[in-house]
Amino acid sequence: MAIPEAAVEGGAAGHAGIHVVLKAEEIWNIAGFPITNSLLMTWLTMIILIGFALLFRRQIAMVPSKLQAGVEMLFEGVLNYMAETLESEKLARRFFPLIMTIFLLVFVANELAFVPGVGSLLYDHVPFLRASAADLNFTLALAIISFLTIEITGVAALGFFKYAGKYVTFKSPVDFVVGIIELLSNVGRLISFSFRLFGNIFAGEVMIAVAIFFAAYLLPVPLMAFEVFVGFIQAVVFAMLTLFFIKIAIMEPHGEEAH
Amino acid sequence: MDIESARLIAMALAAGLGVIGPGIGIGIIGGGAMQAIGRNPEASGKIVSNMILAIVFTEALAILALVVAFIIRFV
Repeated sequence: MAIPEAAVEGGAAGHAGIHVVLKAEEIWNIAGFPITNSLLMTWLTMIILIGFALLFRRQIAMVPSKLQAGVEMLFEGVLNYMAETLESEKLARRFFPLIMTIFLLVFVANELAFVPGVGSLLYDHVPFLRASAADLNFTLALAIISFLTIEITGVAALGFFKYAGKYVTFKSPVDFVVGIIELLSNVGRLISFSFRLFGNIFAGEVMIAVAIFFAAYLLPVPLMAFEVFVGFIQAVVFAMLTLFFIKIAIMEPHGEEAH
Repeated sequence: MDIESARLIAMALAAGLGVIGPGIGIGIIGGGAMQAIGRNPEASGKIVSNMILAIVFTEALAILALVVAFIIRFV
């Protein structure tokens, strides 16, 4: 999606620069439904995750192998952290699949973007694969899922009127204004979730393309290392923020002092 | 001034000015976290994870500015 091109087509204009596209390019079009390169990457990520899960199931034994010990450590660590945050083992188990899936999907999708071939293999002059999170559709979909989960959990835990009463309250003018601001910031989470992940990954791609354009073999290395780290952090942050907002949503109205 | 030059200048301004605030904010958060760790080294785990959470929020604003810059230039 960000391709440095040294000279284009005979150099009539002598254009040298980086080809950056904000929108994911369409590879195929099946009955009016566009298949973009980031969608292909997302499917690849899904195949890897689901394939790993299915293959891993068969090897589960009472005496764990190293791989099983590693996976158990990861799952237990996250589950304990969630139980500590939500203060309830039952709730932690209920939300664990969602939070863990969000984390794994975003993490694998981000790290897979550094496999050689992503962004460089061309299909009809357009990259065949592109980092999933560099497409606003992917991040917006995850943001919508998180948003709906948070709101529905709040309503389910407190009941509709009590939950709405947290945001639309007539106890005092200050409380009313604060409530409206909180309501707007709830909706603003859609934007902030999607743009945080999109911006980080997309800006990283552009930065690496610029680095390749200037000093092709040396400069990108530390930048790519940094971007690997950023990919991990953004996955953690997305899942963690969903968890925190779920916790805030299920909190009782009078108990909260700060947010 | 034609539109292309205006776009370039606008992109530079959007990105440059947009990251001043979050940059200062992240510095303040980091400084507060360092002081807290200095006072209480045992709580450094909790402090660091809360610091990362706060940094992520302010960085989101910087990213917003960056995305606006990209939209100006490339859309």
